[in-house]
Amino acid sequence: MENILEIKNLKVQYNTDEAVVYAVNGLSLELAKGEILGLVGETGAGKTTTALSIMNLLPDAVAEVTGGEIIYNGKNVFGMSKSELRDLRGSEVSMIFQDPMTSLNPVMTVNDQIEEVLKIHNPQMTKAERDKRVADILSLVGIAPERGKSFPHQFSGGMKQRVVIAMALVAEPSLLLADEPTTALDVTIQAQILTLMKELEEKLGTSMIFITHDLGIVAEFCQSVAVIYGGEIIERGTVEQVFACTDNHPYTSSLFQCIPDLETDEARLKPIPGFVLDPRTVPKGCPFADRCEHCTERCRTEKPAVQYVEEGHFIKCHLFEGRRHDV
Amino acid sequence: MLKYALKRILLLIPTVLGITLFIYFIMSLVPGDPAAMLAPQEATAEEIEALRVSMGLDKPMLIQYLRYIWNVLQGDLGVSWFTKKSVAAELVNRLPYTLTLGVMSTLIASIISIPLGTLTAVKHNTLADYVVTFLCLFFSAMPNFWLAILLQINFSLNTGWLPAFGMGTPAHYVMPVIAVCASSIASNTRSTRTWVLDVIRSDYVRTARAKGANEVTVVMKHALRNALLPIITGLGSSFAGVLGGSVVIETVFAIPGVSTYLTTAVGVRDMPIITGCIMVISIFVGIVNLLIDLLYSVIDPRVKYE
Repeated sequence: MENILEIKNLKVQYNTDEAVVYAVNGLSLELAKGEILGLVGETGAGKTTTALSIMNLLPDAVAEVTGGEIIYNGKNVFGMSKSELRDLRGSEVSMIFQDPMTSLNPVMTVNDQIEEVLKIHNPQMTKAERDKRVADILSLVGIAPERGKSFPHQFSGGMKQRVVIAMALVAEPSLLLADEPTTALDVTIQAQILTLMKELEEKLGTSMIFITHDLGIVAEFCQSVAVIYGGEIIERGTVEQVFACTDNHPYTSSLFQCIPDLETDEARLKPIPGFVLDPRTVPKGCPFADRCEHCTERCRTEKPAVQYVEEGHFIKCHLFEGRRHDV
Repeated sequence: MLKYALKRILLLIPTVLGITLFIYFIMSLVPGDPAAMLAPQEATAEEIEALRVSMGLDKPMLIQYLRYIWNVLQGDLGVSWFTKKSVAAELVNRLPYTLTLGVMSTLIASIISIPLGTLTAVKHNTLADYVVTFLCLFFSAMPNFWLAILLQINFSLNTGWLPAFGMGTPAHYVMPVIAVCASSIASNTRSTRTWVLDVIRSDYVRTARAKGANEVTVVMKHALRNALLPIITGLGSSFAGVLGGSVVIETVFAIPGVSTYLTTAVGVRDMPIITGCIMVISIFVGIVNLLIDLLYSVIDPRVKYE
């Protein structure tokens, strides 16, 4: 299948006064047209940085792309001109931001903020057509269209999140980057939003990168999973392959072990020992080495290569060297 | 909103009463006897005492104050102790000069400092930013009377382009306005830069960029409007500063404004003038503050006045 997005060996660092933070370290990822990929990882693993890089929206004062490229539909986004980027943002690729509280402009009405996307990308649309689209998309995300005249501060957190989602969907993008879109929502609204996004995928063939740390949502909603740790993809496969739990990266296995089992009577959750990788250093070997129970001397000194365990399922771990069973 | 404005205007009454009472209190603590200053050199102690009684200065401070307020309520601001001229008439003559100076310099300061501050915020840490920052420091460090004198030397004495002092034609206002607004441009440019920079890093500005909006729209529509509240507050206080504090400029350019009137009166303790001026200035400052507060609710929908 044709790829809509190819990230090749992306490296991003944040240069702050105190330290250099290595957020993304040689991340490679491919996304097929129409695919819904769950990008899973802990806080600080580089999920949001990767998403922002795809739109070339990193804060240019501090962030620096030190290597790699992102090919969207055959074009490198880092090589795009300003006007090409403007055409890309909002209409081709759009993003649902993580924090709905701060992502909306406090002095503009909700209608105006959603309509702005259409004004920018569909200049031929009349005012009446735009109003109609905005009303439609608002009812689609479960907000009464007449509420569109309100300002963000008159909305609850969940409603703001839905406005952010409406804004991202209104121009019917080909690629949607959803950065923890349901974290701020309660479970019933969460289900509605997920259904809505699923419908969009079916109707328009929108590809999605769904950033989350909720494995439940991934299992339910996504077709494939990429697990990110220390700014690189350490495992990638379809949901069936990864959730089968036959072959997993030790980190992915411990993520699964963190989910409490309802069948057995467990008093405590099982956390992963150790701490998240200090992003101010780039480890020579495997980024998970310090927390891994299978860690060997080799893991600390040599970066593991991509090992395919089956078609479409790779794990970046020395343990899986030559373990492919279907060949 | 109308109700709120009305309430705020009514609130001006206790404010002005408080301020004038405070002035009476302060002035009663200042050593020296106005009657003795007013009396001719050769006057005897009895004559001075008689003068003091006729001016009402023998009464306690509070009585003097109440008597003054009573007169004000009847529309009488009194006459100057020294020139015997009506304070109200004098204020009516002088106020337009000071108000014009204040309004013009505030307008020009806003027209220049808001775009310049925004530009330096957008281009922060570039050469343009450093140059503007340097100029801002330069002009806010330069005393305005010094700038006024330099202007007079260059544009009146050497070239004769502009009148050096006095009032009358619009050309008379050029140099005083420049001298007054130079430092307020400098400080407001810096504060605009800070506020815009603060907003430009916010999430909703990133959202605007993510929509594909061009940089001009991002800055003008999304960033600037959100940064405007603290900026207009700064400009409002610059305006208030001109009303009461432009005495040096009024002196250098020989402008018959309120500030010189007030300062001269303070020197000889001419109470009717001092209280009259302060009352008028505080009413104007109160009105400007009210206008700024009302402007808040226009700019920011989160600000609502009931």
